[in-house]
Formats: sequence, structure tokens, C-alpha cells
Amino acid sequence: MAGNLKLIKNPLSKENPITVQVLGICSSLAVTAQLKPAIVMSLSVIVVVALSNVVVSLLRNTIPQRIRIIVQLVIVSMMVILVDQILKAFVYEISKQLSVFVGLIITNCIVMGRLEAYAMSHKPYVSFLDGIGNGLGYSFILITMGFIRELFGSGTLLGYRIIPESLYEAGYANNGLMIMPPMALIIVGIIIWIHRSRNKDLCEK
Amino acid sequence: MKFIKNILDNMRPNFEKGGKMHAFHSLFDAIDTLMFVPKTTTRLGSHIRDAVDNKRTMIVVFIALLPALLFGMYNIGYQHHISLVGVEGAVSYCDNFWGNLWYGFLKVLPMLLVSYIVGLGIEVVFAQIRRHEVSEGYFVTGLLIPLICPPDVPLWQLALAVAFAVIIGKEVFGGTGYNFLNPALVARAFLFFSYPTYMSGDTVWIAEQGDAVSGATPLGEMLAGASMPSSSLMDMFIGFIPGSVGETSVIAILLGAVLLLVTGIASWRIMLSIFVGATLTGVMFNLIGANDYMQLPFYYHFVMGGFMFGMVFMATDPVTAAQTNIGKYIYGFLIGVMAILIRVVNPAYPEGMMLSILLMNVFAPLIDYYVVEANIRRRAKRAKLAVKN
Repeated sequence: MAGNLKLIKNPLSKENPITVQVLGICSSLAVTAQLKPAIVMSLSVIVVVALSNVVVSLLRNTIPQRIRIIVQLVIVSMMVILVDQILKAFVYEISKQLSVFVGLIITNCIVMGRLEAYAMSHKPYVSFLDGIGNGLGYSFILITMGFIRELFGSGTLLGYRIIPESLYEAGYANNGLMIMPPMALIIVGIIIWIHRSRNKDLCEK
Repeated sequence: MKFIKNILDNMRPNFEKGGKMHAFHSLFDAIDTLMFVPKTTTRLGSHIRDAVDNKRTMIVVFIALLPALLFGMYNIGYQHHISLVGVEGAVSYCDNFWGNLWYGFLKVLPMLLVSYIVGLGIEVVFAQIRRHEVSEGYFVTGLLIPLICPPDVPLWQLALAVAFAVIIGKEVFGGTGYNFLNPALVARAFLFFSYPTYMSGDTVWIAEQGDAVSGATPLGEMLAGASMPSSSLMDMFIGFIPGSVGETSVIAILLGAVLLLVTGIASWRIMLSIFVGATLTGVMFNLIGANDYMQLPFYYHFVMGGFMFGMVFMATDPVTAAQTNIGKYIYGFLIGVMAILIRVVNPAYPEGMMLSILLMNVFAPLIDYYVVEANIRRRAKRAKLAVKN
């Protein structure tokens, strides 16, 4: 049981897919200008990673070694199409905002990484937990970034105005750089910096 | 001086290892070495010994910047008062030298204070955490940053930009000497992209602008589609145009350039090759002449905007420029080419100097790498020939 809990907990910090394994950076730069798309993207990735982990894990003994990547891709793309259709049906606006990036979950290194590294050699239940854990690790960083970038870039959170009008009248201005992708990269860098200075064992020699 | 030295010497034991205030040793060290020649000398290894240490270098650059700073102060006042000519109830003394200078001084002083307090504060904190000395590097950067900002830049934005430049532009990579981007330009780029309305347009270049003039810089006018800047070539050369604090006067900048070149601190190779690159690009556009901007005589580019300032003080930063001699030619040449290219062709940015220098800062290590590799290959070939014979 303790081992299973670790599957969820480790990816949140010591084995975080973004800050430690440095996977999935591309989408984390693209969708975090605002909080809402970041949350939706996080949920989509959690669902896709967890479900494809389960499916691949169920099939792991029947998938021929030599064509395993293409089989995994078929499974992942099926999940992504499902998620994409659901988003289009229920939250069309956000789906438009995320545009191509939902489709690009297929190529998100986190998904393939977990399938290769974990699901291909583990049972379905633990693979499911592993998928959830890694999805959460990804979400944690994405939502932190979305929070910072929307708050300082637009002065809002989830579309609601947080920074009061009086502050703008006093001379405050939104930071335009926050909305641009370069700043997202810098924020990821700062998160990695803080993370490593708190966990010395992560630092490379 | 003796008095201060006595105080510092009396305090010294407190800051040495085991002393009560050892935690603040780097701050003590900074003050001590700023005022006096330090007693410690290098003990191990072979070193090049020269009277010009880092501190001396920085002070020479600081002095070289003073003409631009003083003229910038005067020009702030001058531009402000010119913009008030004819406005009712306004005090206008654009012919009054001291009045203009005083007005500009009051504008620049808070910027300098903010720049130095924030920047040095962060430097001291990092020096404490990393247990090394406070470096002299910020001494010049702290003066450069206000000089490349518009006179009316809000101080909190300036403080944020300074913090960003010192932390992300410099300390992250290990502090002075390890940064690959010019920190002052990082600060300006941060302001430029974060708060574009405060950093470009027609209303930010003159402090507390009145209605009598338009307030656009020559570059802004050209971008807006003018066939010629409204200021005369002479005005732009002397510096009587709106613009960032220290960039307007070519004469003042050239005075600094002479000092830097005579003392050998700035590389003449970089300055020359920037000049050549910009001239060639300018002439090329003159020959194409497809629109008004391309037809603008190439020498106008040298007196408009931050070209001269960037060429003399920014591109020649010894840390971020290319290190090899051939590399310096390539580095400078491409800065010159790119700066004019961005000015004339890109419709979004009026000034290309900042972006082209930052871009070439990024490429400088690569240029050096290939210059060194080429040298190795040439010598290897020569060695092989020698063996054969």
C-alpha cells in the first residue's frame, strides 16, 4: 500500500515529469498564459496518461516488441481523440483556446515516457496509479504557472479581476512579458531552481 | 581618509572568521575594497599582474559614461521646457542652462538610486549566500540601466527590471563574468516587452511633456512613415532630441568612446566592425531605395536612437562579447547589419540596437568556438605538413 502511495506522491516532487525529467515543456509553455486552459489541459493529460497506461498494461504481453511504439501511439491517439471530442462537446470555448495542443498530447513525451518506462512492465492497477501520479505532477506545475502568469500578466484569475482597479489608477500595469512564452520558460526555470535548492539530492554534480 | 581607514581596521576582526559579524563579511569587504587598496594578494598559481584590475576598469567605464549622463540630464530639462513653450502658465527656461540641468538631475537621481539600491541589494544577498565577495560588476550596470530608459519610466517598473536583470540575467549563471547576456540590456528588454506603453510611442521620451512638441523620437517618426526626421542632423549629433536619458548625444558618447579606446578597455575591433556593418547595410538600403526609410541617407542611422550608445558601451562589454579577435569582427559586423535591418525592415520595433546586441550576445560563444576550431584545424594541417617534409 505504501508502495502504491509512492506512485502518486513521487511524481509530484522528486520525479516530477516537468521539473526533474524535463518532459512536456512545450505544452506547459503554450497553454499556461491563463489559468483556465492550464486546468483543462491538466485534466486532459491526467485522463490520457492514466487510461492509456491501463490499456497498454493490459496488452503488454501481447504487443510485439518491434512494433510496440506504433501500437502505443494508436492507443494514445484514441484516448486523445476521445478527450478532444468531449472538450469540444462540453467546453467549446476552451477547446478552441487550447486548439492544437490537445491533439499534441499524443506527442507529449510524458505519455510515451510512462508507457515505455512503466506500463509495459507493470500490472494495470499500479500503471493506473502511476498515470494519475504523473498527470498530477504535470498538472501541479502547469497550474502554478497558469496562476502566476494570469495574475501578473492579466491581473485576473479564471477571468475574475483580482488586482483592484485602484492599484491600476495608482500606476500599476500588467506585465506583458508574462503572457509571452519566453517568460513561461523563465518561470519553469525558477520553479526548477527553487525545487533543486530544496532537494539537494536532485542537483547534478 | 586615515580616520575612515582606522574605523574599518578596528572593525575588521568582527568580520573575520569566527568574529561576531562574520555573516556580513562580504558587505564589509565591499566597502573596504571600494575605499582602499585591499591588503590581500593572490598567493597561489600564476596570474597576469596588472595595475588595471576589475575595479579600475569599472571606474574608467564609469567616467566614460559621465559626459552622456550629464548631457542626458541637461537634455531632459531642455526637452521638457521646450515642450512647454507657449503653454499658458508654464515656466519656460529652455535657454537657462542650470535650470535645465537641475530639472534633469532631479529626474535622473531617483532612477540612479533605485537602480543602485535594488541591484546592489540583490548582489549583496547573493554574495552572502554564495560566500564570495560583492563584485564590482554592478557598478557600471547600475549606471547603464537608467541611461537607456526613457526619463519618465515609473520607478517600480525600473526596480522590477533591475531585479530581473540581476537575478535572471546574471546571478543565475554565477554572477559577474559568467553572464552571457548584457545585464543592462536584459533590464531594458524586460521593460520593453513587459510595459510597451511606457517604453515606446510618442509620449514617453520627454519628461512631463507639454503640448508644444510632438514628442516622437527621430526613429519613431521614421517608423510612422516620415520621409526625413524633423530634427536636423546637427541637433541629432549634439543630442537635442527626445530619447532615452543617455543615448541622444553622439558627441558625449564619442568623448566616452575616446577614453575607452585610449585606455584599451573597449575593443576597437568591435566598434569598428559595428560601424562597418551598419554602413554597408545602410548603403545597401540606399541603393535599393524601395521606400522612404530605405532612401534615408545611411549616416542618419548613426545619430538616431541608441546606435552610438549601444556600439560604444553595450556591444563592447568584455564579458558578453566575442573573445577572439576574428570573432570580434564577426560579432560586431553582424550587430551593425542586424541593427539597421531591424530598424528599416521590421515594422514593429523602431530601434534595432538592443535586440541585435542581445541576439549576438547569444551567438558570441558559438562564434568563438568556430574561430578556435578553425585555428586548431589550420595548425593541425601545418603540423602534418611539417611531419611529411
